[in-house]
Amino acid sequence: MSVESIKETAQYITFKLGDELFAINVSQVREVLDLSLITKVPTAPGYMRGVVNVRGSAIPVVDLRLKFGLPKAPDTVQTRIVVLELEMDGEALVLGGLADSVHEVIELEPNQINAPPRIGMRWKTELIQGMGKRGDQFIIILDITKVFSMDDIVQLEATKASLNAEPANA
Amino acid sequence: MSNTNQFAATFLQEAAEQLALIEEIILEVEENPHDSESINRLFRVFHTIKGSGSMFGFDKVAEFTHHVETILDKVRNGLIPISKELVNVILAAKDQISQMLKGDDACVGLLDGRADLIARLNALQAANGESASAAVPEIAKATEGAKSASVTTYQIHFRPEAGILTRGLDPSVLLQDLRVLGPCQITAKTEAVPLLDQCKPEFCGFCWDIQLTTDCGIAAIKDVFIFVEDDSEIIINALPAVETVTAPSASSIAPVIEKQVKSETVVKVAPTAKNTSNAKAGAANGKSANSHKNGGADGSVRVPSERLDRLVNLLGELVINQSRLTQVASRFDCPELSAPTEDLERLVAEFRDIVLGIRMMPIGTTFSRFKRLVHDLSDELGKEIDLVTEGAETELDKTVIDQLGDPLVHLIRNSIDHGIAKPDERERLGKPRRGAIRLAACHEGAHVAIKIEDDGEGIDKEAVRAKAIEKKLITPEAVLSDRELFNLIFLPGFSTAKAITNVSGRGVGMDVVKRQIDALRGSVEVSSQLGVGTCITLTLPLTLAIIDGLLVEVDKDQFIIPMALVTENVELAADQRTCHNGRNLLPVRGEQIPYLRLRDIFDITGAEQPVERVVIANVVGNRVGLVVDRVLGSHQTVIQSLGRLYQNIEVASGATIMGDGRVALILDVPGLVHYTESQAALS
Repeated sequence: MSVESIKETAQYITFKLGDELFAINVSQVREVLDLSLITKVPTAPGYMRGVVNVRGSAIPVVDLRLKFGLPKAPDTVQTRIVVLELEMDGEALVLGGLADSVHEVIELEPNQINAPPRIGMRWKTELIQGMGKRGDQFIIILDITKVFSMDDIVQLEATKASLNAEPANA
Repeated sequence: MSNTNQFAATFLQEAAEQLALIEEIILEVEENPHDSESINRLFRVFHTIKGSGSMFGFDKVAEFTHHVETILDKVRNGLIPISKELVNVILAAKDQISQMLKGDDACVGLLDGRADLIARLNALQAANGESASAAVPEIAKATEGAKSASVTTYQIHFRPEAGILTRGLDPSVLLQDLRVLGPCQITAKTEAVPLLDQCKPEFCGFCWDIQLTTDCGIAAIKDVFIFVEDDSEIIINALPAVETVTAPSASSIAPVIEKQVKSETVVKVAPTAKNTSNAKAGAANGKSANSHKNGGADGSVRVPSERLDRLVNLLGELVINQSRLTQVASRFDCPELSAPTEDLERLVAEFRDIVLGIRMMPIGTTFSRFKRLVHDLSDELGKEIDLVTEGAETELDKTVIDQLGDPLVHLIRNSIDHGIAKPDERERLGKPRRGAIRLAACHEGAHVAIKIEDDGEGIDKEAVRAKAIEKKLITPEAVLSDRELFNLIFLPGFSTAKAITNVSGRGVGMDVVKRQIDALRGSVEVSSQLGVGTCITLTLPLTLAIIDGLLVEVDKDQFIIPMALVTENVELAADQRTCHNGRNLLPVRGEQIPYLRLRDIFDITGAEQPVERVVIANVVGNRVGLVVDRVLGSHQTVIQSLGRLYQNIEVASGATIMGDGRVALILDVPGLVHYTESQAALS
C-alpha cells in the first residue's frame, strides 16, 4: 500500500515510540488498553512480549519498540496496548501492540499526506504508507499489515548503506 | 409453492446422504457379489434419487439416474453379472450425479461425461446381451423404464389424502406429470368437497379419474405417484381394449410389476404393499425414508454445527466464570457461599461432558471414503488391496474428525503406493496376492489411537539411513534407534520412493501429515519391519475444546499440564538435585526418571524453593519429570490457541484464562522434551 491508495479522508490513531509520532488507520484498531499483566511465552523471540487476557480471549502482545529494532524501554504508566485487527492471508489476526504512549485520534485528508521522502529518511519507506503533518510535527503512517506479515524484527530505521544504495520505491 | 427452495435444499441434503450410501453399498457388493439384498438396496437408493430428483425439478439428474437404474434392475434379476467394470461405472455415475446436483451440469465437460457414462452403461448391457433377450438394446435406448412396444390405456383413480396440501405437495403437479407421459383425460370428482362455508384452504377434497394412453408402462405411472402412494388411494388399471405388454423385454422389469401388468388385475398400491418394501429399505435408507414422511421420527435432530460451536464457546466462558467464582468463594470462609459454589462446580463439569459429548462423532463417517480411495487407487496401480476397518464406532470431536481426513488419506495412499507391491510380486515373496490395509481406531484413556497397518514391504531402514545421510540430516556415524530413524521420514522433503508417481514420492506427504497431526495436539508413531509391513499410529486428543489440567506454579508463573499425561507427582529436595552424566535423573521406586526443570528451561528467576515438586508425565511410552515450585491442583482448562504469531512455539500448545483473569500457558510436554533435546544438541 502506498500513498496513492489513500483516497479518502480517514481517521488515524497516533502513538509514540521514543520521540517519533506514528499513526495507524483507526479501521485497523479495535481498542486501546492500559497495560495489564502480560504472561510471558517462554522460548518466544524477545519482541513477542507474551499473551494478555482481553475480555476472555488470550491475545498475543508485540513490543513495537523491539519489533522495530529500537532499544527496549521500561514500561511506564503511559504504556498502552493498541489492540489491532488485521487481515492476513485471508485470516483475521488480532494482536496487541505495545506503544510508549497513545495520543489522539486525528483526521487527515489525502492532501495532508505525502509520500515518504525518497532520500534522507531515517525510516524504511516500504513499511510506511505516507507522511502526515500536524502543526510542526510529522506523523509516520505505518503500513501495519505489512509490518506484521514479517516474522522477524523489522529494522524500521534504514541503515546508512541502504539509504545510499537504493532509492526507496514508495 | 413458496417452500420449493426449502424442499429443494432438503432434497439436496438427502441426496448427498444417499450418494454416500451408494458408495458404501457398491463397495460391499464388490466384496460380496452374491449378496442380493445389497443390490436391492442399491436399486432402491438410485430409485429414491430419481424419484425425488424429478419431483424437485432436477430432471436431468432423474433422467441420468434412470439409466443406472435400468442396469441395476438387470443386475438384480441376474441378467448382468457383477463385474469390476460395473462397480466402476456405478461409482463414476455416483460422482456424476453429485456433480450434477451441484448445479453446474451446464458445462460441456459434464455433459460429455454423462454421455460417456451412458455409453459405458449400454456397453455393459450389450456385453451381456446374449444372456438377456434381443430386446435389451432397445431398452437401453429408451428414456423411460419399462418401455414396451405397445401403447396401453390405463384407467387411474387417484384420491389424495385430505391433508396432502399441508405436506407441501401439489396434486396438480402430479397430474401435469401424467400428461407428459401421453394423451390423458382427467376428470375431477368433487363429491367430497365441502360446502364453501365449511371449506378449509388446506383441505383437499378432490379426487380424480384419469384415462391415460401411454407407451411408457405402468412403472412410469407409479413413479409419478411415488411420494404420495403411502397415504393416497391410487388404483391403476390397464384397460383390456388395447393389447398389453407382450414384448419379451418385459421380463426385465421387476417380476412383481410384470405380473401385475400381465394379469391385468387391479393394482392398488396400498400402504401394506409399500410397507414391505419400506421394511426392507429400512436398514439402508431408513433415515431419509422416514424423514420425508415424518421428519425426525428416529429421535435425532439435525443441528447446524455453528450452533454447536457457539454452545461450546459459551460453555468455555461458563467454565472460566465458574472457576472465578470458586476462587472468590475460597477466600471467604462462608458455608452459605461455598456449598452452592461446589454444587455449581459439579453441575458445570457434568454440563461440560454432555456438551462436548454432543460434538462427538463416530470416526466411521470418514472410513467409508477410504474404502473408495483404496478401491480406485489400487485399481489404477494394478494392485489388489482390501481395506479392513475396525472401531468405526470410536467417537472423536467433530473438529478433530474434520481435520483428520487429509492426513489419513496421505497415509493410506502411501500404504497403497509404496507399501503394498503388485500381486505377482507379492506371490513371489510368498504372500497372498491380495494385500490388506487395516484401519483401526480405539480409545486409549483421554486419547484415541488410530492405526494404519499394511502387510506390505515395510520401510527399509538402511534406505532411510542412506537417504538421511545423503540429505545431510544425520551424520554417517550417528547411532539412531529404530524409532528415531523412522521419525526421519517426517522431515520435509524426505522420500525414499525411487520414482515419482502421481500418487506419492514427492516427499511432501509425511511432513504435512506430521504438521496436521501436531496441530490437533496429537502424535505420530511409525513402526515397520522390512518385508512384513508397516504400522503407523496416530494418537489424538478426544477434544480440542476443554481438558482436565494440572495447575502448577514456578515462581509467579502458572502453567497447565494436561492431566491425561500426568501419572504422579513426587518431591525433589535440594540435595537430590544431582547430575548424573549430564542428565538429571531422579530415582522413583527403583526407576530412574529423567527430569526437566521448568525454571531453567524458561529462564525464570526468583527465589528457589527448598523442596520442589516433580510432576511425572507419560510421553509416548517414556516417563519424564517436570520440576515445578508448587502443584496447585486440578483445573478445568478451556483451551485457546496461541495464534499464528506463536505457531513456532514448541513448549506450549495453547493458553487458558484463569479465574483471576490471568493467562496461563498449557504445556506441550512432548514438545518441551523435544525442545530441550534440540537445545542440548546445539550447545
